[in-house]
Amino acid sequence: MQAALSFDSPIKIQVHDLSVRYGATLALDRVTLEIPERRVTALIGPSGCGKSTFLRCLNRMNDTIRNVTISGRVQVDGEDLYGEQIDPVVVRRRIGMVFQKSNPFPKSIFENVAYGPRIHGLRDIVALREIVERSLRQAALWNEVHDRLDASALDLSGGQQQRLCIARALAVEPEILLMDEPASALDPLATAKIEELIQELKRDYTIVIVTHNMQQAARVSDYTAYFYLGRLVEFGPTEVLFTNPQKPETEDYITGRFG
Amino acid sequence: MALHTDRVFESQLVQLRTAVLEMGGLVEDQIAQAMRALLERDAPLAHTVIQRDHVVNRFDVEIDDLSLKLLALHQPAARDLRLITTALKITTDLERIGDLAANIAERAIELAAEPPLRPAVDLPRLASLASGMVHGSLDAFVREDVALSLEVCASDDTIDGLHAQLVHSLVSTMAADASTIERAMRVLFVSKCLERIADHATNIAEMVIFMVKGRSIRHLDTVPREL
Repeated sequence: MQAALSFDSPIKIQVHDLSVRYGATLALDRVTLEIPERRVTALIGPSGCGKSTFLRCLNRMNDTIRNVTISGRVQVDGEDLYGEQIDPVVVRRRIGMVFQKSNPFPKSIFENVAYGPRIHGLRDIVALREIVERSLRQAALWNEVHDRLDASALDLSGGQQQRLCIARALAVEPEILLMDEPASALDPLATAKIEELIQELKRDYTIVIVTHNMQQAARVSDYTAYFYLGRLVEFGPTEVLFTNPQKPETEDYITGRFG
Repeated sequence: MALHTDRVFESQLVQLRTAVLEMGGLVEDQIAQAMRALLERDAPLAHTVIQRDHVVNRFDVEIDDLSLKLLALHQPAARDLRLITTALKITTDLERIGDLAANIAERAIELAAEPPLRPAVDLPRLASLASGMVHGSLDAFVREDVALSLEVCASDDTIDGLHAQLVHSLVSTMAADASTIERAMRVLFVSKCLERIADHATNIAEMVIFMVKGRSIRHLDTVPREL
């Protein structure tokens, strides 16, 4: 439906003709999209447009929903994500996810971050400490918590909890980070920290972010995809999409002529 | 084009567009009155033009303020963003055109106090072409008309040609009769002002193309025939 874009980095995720039905409801309608490596790609659109469904297809989170039918192809590094030999658990290790509402486990800060490596079989405490420190540093939280790693994660502020969840996702060394409204429950300062962190993280990770905040999409992303009624309407470099979108529907949405 | 969900923003954008047009209308009238004062040797009229320049300046400041407010409070995107940035730039050009009209009026006062000089040049034609370009560029702004903008840009060459002819003939006049030098220099200055007005009108037309298409055609060697 759309001419291929030329990216300034290799393609990490290739989505071809992806459709998703929840029972009889078509949530995603033949979406074809390529997501470049080590870039931030934002998914925008009104509620119910399919952007979160799309995001959840990228690490097979939709598998767990009853009555879901998924057709089409999702490839990461050329490998079919929905292939028969693929283990969804391995997929979710390679592709981490951060949710709208921070959801730390009711455990210590240390244990939250160590949780992933532990369930993947790591027992060496020295190695675990290294991973916890590295992950917390990457999530820009280390300086605030390094002297109280045994404190409960639930005592952290909302913004810190969200960064802890990012650290937890990073601890298993994913290649791709999916973020579903990661800052919508945070105040402007905590939001700014998350956005700054996203800029840091894109050096090492491919990031796909769903956001309702269009200014946020404009600030943090390199590419933006606009979804409406389950269809991908327009996909392009963020600065083009926000200054000179090619489709009238995109223009109406981002200028607030909608509904 | 659908209306904004945000009614306040919608009405402020209308207000911005209207202010640019009012300023444009005023500036066009300034050129017309300055030229009338010059050709009819009407010094009081020229004074009126000079005094009215501050109204043009006030528009410039008001439109800047409104544009900044819209940028800061509504974080506009796409065509709205382009409209606002275009308004900011257009008003700078309109303000300069206003200054040039006032400059013509100043020369009109000086020339009215001296014996008439009859140069073999068509100053009124140059004025009507330049003023027509200003009018065309503003029309293009209202109607978001790319074809008309391109027409305005293309006519700049005609003006440049006429101005060059005028310079040439005034130089001959001065060479033939040294007593005309002072007056001829003033007429030359008026011609230069008109030529500059046409340049500003071209800038406006180029900005209109950016506003509509999101593409800049500024600083190209030739004006494209279409986009």
